[in-house]
Amino acid sequence: MPVQCSSCGERRAMLKRPKTGHSLCKECFFWAFEEEVHQTIVAAQLFKPGETVGIGASGGKDSTVLAHVMKVLNERYNYGLKLILISVDEGITGYRDDSLETVKRNQQQYDLPLKIVSYEELYGWTMDAIVKQVGLKNNCTFCGVFRRQALDRGALMLKVDKICTGHNADDVAETVLMNVLRGDIARLRRCTAISTASEGEGVVPRCKPLKYAYEKEIVLYAYFKKLDYFSTECIYSPNAYRGYARTFLKDLESVRPSTIMDIIHSGENLSVREGVKMPVQGTCSRCGYISSQALCKSCVLLEGLNRGLPKLGIGKHHRLHDKILTKQPLTEAEERKLRKSVDF
Amino acid sequence: MESPLPLQSLRVGGAELLFDGVKEHQVTLPSQSEPWDMKQLLVWIQRNLLKERPELFVQGDSVRPGILVLINDADWELMGELEYQLQDQDNVVFISTLHGG
Ligand SMILES: [Zn+2]
Ligand SMILES: [Zn+2]
Ligand SMILES: [Zn+2]
Repeated sequence: MPVQCSSCGERRAMLKRPKTGHSLCKECFFWAFEEEVHQTIVAAQLFKPGETVGIGASGGKDSTVLAHVMKVLNERYNYGLKLILISVDEGITGYRDDSLETVKRNQQQYDLPLKIVSYEELYGWTMDAIVKQVGLKNNCTFCGVFRRQALDRGALMLKVDKICTGHNADDVAETVLMNVLRGDIARLRRCTAISTASEGEGVVPRCKPLKYAYEKEIVLYAYFKKLDYFSTECIYSPNAYRGYARTFLKDLESVRPSTIMDIIHSGENLSVREGVKMPVQGTCSRCGYISSQALCKSCVLLEGLNRGLPKLGIGKHHRLHDKILTKQPLTEAEERKLRKSVDF
Repeated sequence: MESPLPLQSLRVGGAELLFDGVKEHQVTLPSQSEPWDMKQLLVWIQRNLLKERPELFVQGDSVRPGILVLINDADWELMGELEYQLQDQDNVVFISTLHGG
C-alpha cells in the first residue's frame, strides 16, 4: 500500500524522515534537505560573499553530499563563494586509492577545483609506514591528529578563508557522548559549536553545514541522487571505544529518533561551573598550530616516529615527552617503554 | 505450496565485507507454504549469505540499528518493515551507515 507524500500529496512517498516523521517523495525530500542546510548556513552566518571555501572531501557519503549541496546552494542563493575540494591522502594502500578516485570523479561531476595533500609531503610518513611502526591498534591516534592538521595545512597552502567539513548530526551527538564518557570538559564545550573562529596563525576557521542533518537522510540523499561516493570500512581497525558509543547511539535512535537532536541540544546548553580548570590554548612552538602544550600532538607524534619511539605521544607518558623534547637523555628502562610497538 | 520467489536483486552497501566482499546478490527464495516476508528474508540471509560476524548485520529479528533498508527504492519504514510481504522481482537494498563517512 503506497504512502502518498505528505508535502505535495501527489507523488509516492519514498522515505520517512527521522527528524520530523514526515513521509516525503524524492523531490520534496531533496528540497526540504537542501533548504534546511541553507537555513543552517544563514542562521549561523557561516559564510560571507567573496570567500574561498575549502570543502574537506574524503570521497565518503558525508563530504560528497556536502560538496553537492554547497554547489547547489551557492548557485541557488548566490552565496558568491569560490568552492574548492580539499582531499587528504593518508597513504593507505588500497583504501585511499579508491576514495581518491571517487573525489577525482566528484571534481569533474561538480566542476570544482581539487587539491590533494599527502601525509608523505606534509609529514614525511605515509599511514602504511606509520602502522608498520606503531602497530594496528593505535593508528587512529595518528589518523585523527594528522588528518585534522593536514586539512588545515592544505587550506593554508590554498589560501582558503574557511573550511567546511561533512560532520553530520549523528557525528556531533556521538562526539558529545564521547566527551561526556571521557570527562573531556574542554572539548565537550567546544564540540557542538557549528563553527570555530580562527584560533591562531596555523588554523583556518571551520564549519559544519550538515550539523543538523541526520545520517539516514544524508545516505538517502546520496542514494536517491545517485551521487558517486565511496563506502568501505577503514581497513585499519577503528577506534573500539567510539564504535561502542556509535552503536549505543544507534540503538537509542531506533527507539526514539529525536535522541540525536536531544543529545546535541544537551551539549549546546551545558555550562561549565566556574572554577573548573580549562586547558590554556597556546600555540605549538615548532609548527604554530593551536596546542595546550609546548608542542602540538602531531609534532610529538612525529618526533616519536622519527626517533623510533612510537609510544611517544600515545597514552600517558607526559613526563617522558618533556624529557625527550628538551633533549634530556633517557634511562634504558624509559627507552624500552617507548620503543615497544603499542598495544593495550 | 507457492513457487520459488526470485528477487530482482539484493544489495548490501557498506556491509559487503560481511558477505565475502560481494555487494550484489542474485537471490531466488525457495518455495514455502506461506508468503515470504522481510523477517523471513533476514533469517534466510543469515543462513545463506552472511559469511561472518552476523551480529554486525542483524540484531534480534531485525537489522542492526544504523543499517537502512530500501524495498524497491523506498524506505522500508513506509512498507511495513519486517511484515512486508516480498513480491516477485522485488529489489532489496541494505545500506550500512555504521562505518566511514
Ligand atoms: Zn512530494
Ligand atoms: Zn582510521
Ligand atoms: Zn606542532
